[in-house]
This record gives sequence, C-alpha cells and structure tokens, in this order.
Amino acid sequence: MKQPFQIAVERHGATVLRVCRATLGAGPDADDAWSETFLAALRAWPDLDEDTNVEAWLVTVAYRKAVDLARARARRAVPLDPLPEAPTTDDGDAFFWWDAVAALPERQRLAVACHYLGGLPHAETAELIGGSPAAVRRAAADGIAALRRRFDSIEGILP
Amino acid sequence: MTDLFPVSDSSLAELRGRLATEAASAGLLELRVRTVDSPVGPLLLAATGSGLVRVAFEREGFDVVLQSLADRVSPRILEAPGGLDDAVRELDEYFDGCRTSFDLPVDHALSAGFRATVQAFLPHIAYGRTLTYKEVAQRVGNPNAVRAVGTACATNPLPIVVPCHRVLRSDGSLGGYLGGLDAKRTLLDLESR
Repeated sequence: MKQPFQIAVERHGATVLRVCRATLGAGPDADDAWSETFLAALRAWPDLDEDTNVEAWLVTVAYRKAVDLARARARRAVPLDPLPEAPTTDDGDAFFWWDAVAALPERQRLAVACHYLGGLPHAETAELIGGSPAAVRRAAADGIAALRRRFDSIEGILP
Repeated sequence: MTDLFPVSDSSLAELRGRLATEAASAGLLELRVRTVDSPVGPLLLAATGSGLVRVAFEREGFDVVLQSLADRVSPRILEAPGGLDDAVRELDEYFDGCRTSFDLPVDHALSAGFRATVQAFLPHIAYGRTLTYKEVAQRVGNPNAVRAVGTACATNPLPIVVPCHRVLRSDGSLGGYLGGLDAKRTLLDLESR
C-alpha cells in the first residue's frame, strides 16, 4: 500500500474506535485496542495490496485485537460486570450510548459492532464472530431495535 | 446510524498522538509530519530519522505532498503532534527575525544530481542577500545552466530552510516561487528589515 498511513488513520480512526468501544465498552480497553489495531496495521501497511478495502480490513483487525484484549482481561480475572452507570466525560463523548451498546447481549453487540458500526457485510461479520449470515443479520437487527427502544424510552428525559 | 455512536475529535486526537509515540518507539514511524502556521501560511513539515526532509506550502496541496512522500520515501507516515520541535522552533525564530540560518539535521533524500548541487549551494547565500539565477549557475560551475538552476529552485524540497527565495531574475524581478510570489516577497522583506 502506497497511500500515506496518516490518511487511513484520519479516515477510519472513528470507525475503528466505534468497533472497539462496542466490543469492549468505552474506556481504556477500547483505547488500547484502537492503538494495537493501528500499530499492527502500520506494521503490515507497506505490504498490503493496493486494492484492499482498507476500512473493512481495519475493522477485522480491530475486532480481533478487541477479542484478544477481552480474553487477556478475563485471564487477569477482572470482573466483566456491566460498566459503571453512564460515566460522563468532559470531552463531549456521549458515553450513555456506549453504555447502551455494552448492555446488549454479546451476539447482538458484536453484530452491531461489525455490521452497523464497522460496515462489514453480514457474511463477513459471520466469518468473524461465528454463526450463519442469517443469524448474524437477525442479531444485528435485534440489537439495533433494542437500542432504538432504549433511545425512545429515554428521549423524554434527555435535556 | 453512526451519529448515534459519537466519538469526539478530542478522543481521536489523543489516540493519534499516542499512536505516533508508540509507533516511533516500535521503530515503525518512517516519516513524521506536522503542520504549523507561519507568516507565509500553513506549512507542512516532514522528517525522517535523519532529519527534516520536506517543507511544503499549503498551495502545493498537503494531500498531494503526503502522497508524493509516500511514493518516494515511505508510506509509513504519521502526524506527530509533539514531533519536529526543533524545526518548529528554528522556523519560529527565523520568522521572528532572530535567526539568520538554520542548523537543523536535514535529509536530502528528495534531491539528486545537479538539483542537489544547486540546493546544497543555496544556504551559502547570506541572509538578506540575493543572487540571480545566472550568478548561481556561475557559482556552481555551470554558467550555462541558468534554466536548470531555475528548476532546482522550483523543486527545492526544503524551501525557507534551504533559501531558494534568495535567488532572483537578472532584471531584479522575483522569478518564480513554489509558495507563490507573495510568500517570496514576504521572506525577502523579512530579511531586509
């Protein structure tokens, strides 16, 4: 790949962060997965085919890094409790939404991460997270429906 | 859909800064780039491990410049927000009028042949002085190569630091400049104060 790596970081940095946050919850683990994704990508970059779909490739790398991190976290026996309630940050990120994603059942969360946030087709999502494309399609749709319901129910109390 | 899943610019900027640091310590960062403001408009600075390799004006198109660096040096390019501090400091001092020559480590990877010879000569034109294209051709031992001197100045990968703005036409007019004639005039005015 002869494209300046910086351009890939600018173009796809947000997508990769969404996939990491949806998979791991918004926080330091997602940030670590983001870093590891782009470091691995930078290592492979000069040898990458020119016609690679860079975003899809980065999303698969991000998903694998996130899963590795989740496994490492499990080995360290850090409890996988739901994230603390709506942590607010002063940097403008609406962490509420990441909490809502984190609260989804795992299959739905992963399908939402890869398909809706990462833009992967259902077939590629299925290859990554396992299961059939049809099941992945259903899980992604159910996940989004659950998020919509939650959004509707809290809309009235948002400022 | 993704509007519902916000990531802030500040989060991403922080992550990008961290990536540049980690990539550098892993030996994966072959080109660091940074943009700075200056009296001649935004400048893109690029450095390899050996030193400053490129200074670009905004009118060249930073994306075009990045692509050409990727093609000619390495595609392992990252923005390094805290990097290139020495270059930024020396340029600031120059634009403040308190620096008359640069002593930065410089990488001449983008220059070759006669152009490299001319570009290596240019820093010998003293601050505040000018030569004509013809005089430069004479000084580098090739008095007939006036046009080639013009090309060497026009393709100087390190403008300002390598002072091609100090070369004018024989009739005293400005000649050309990669950063535009206004930029060339600004630099010459600065040096005549």
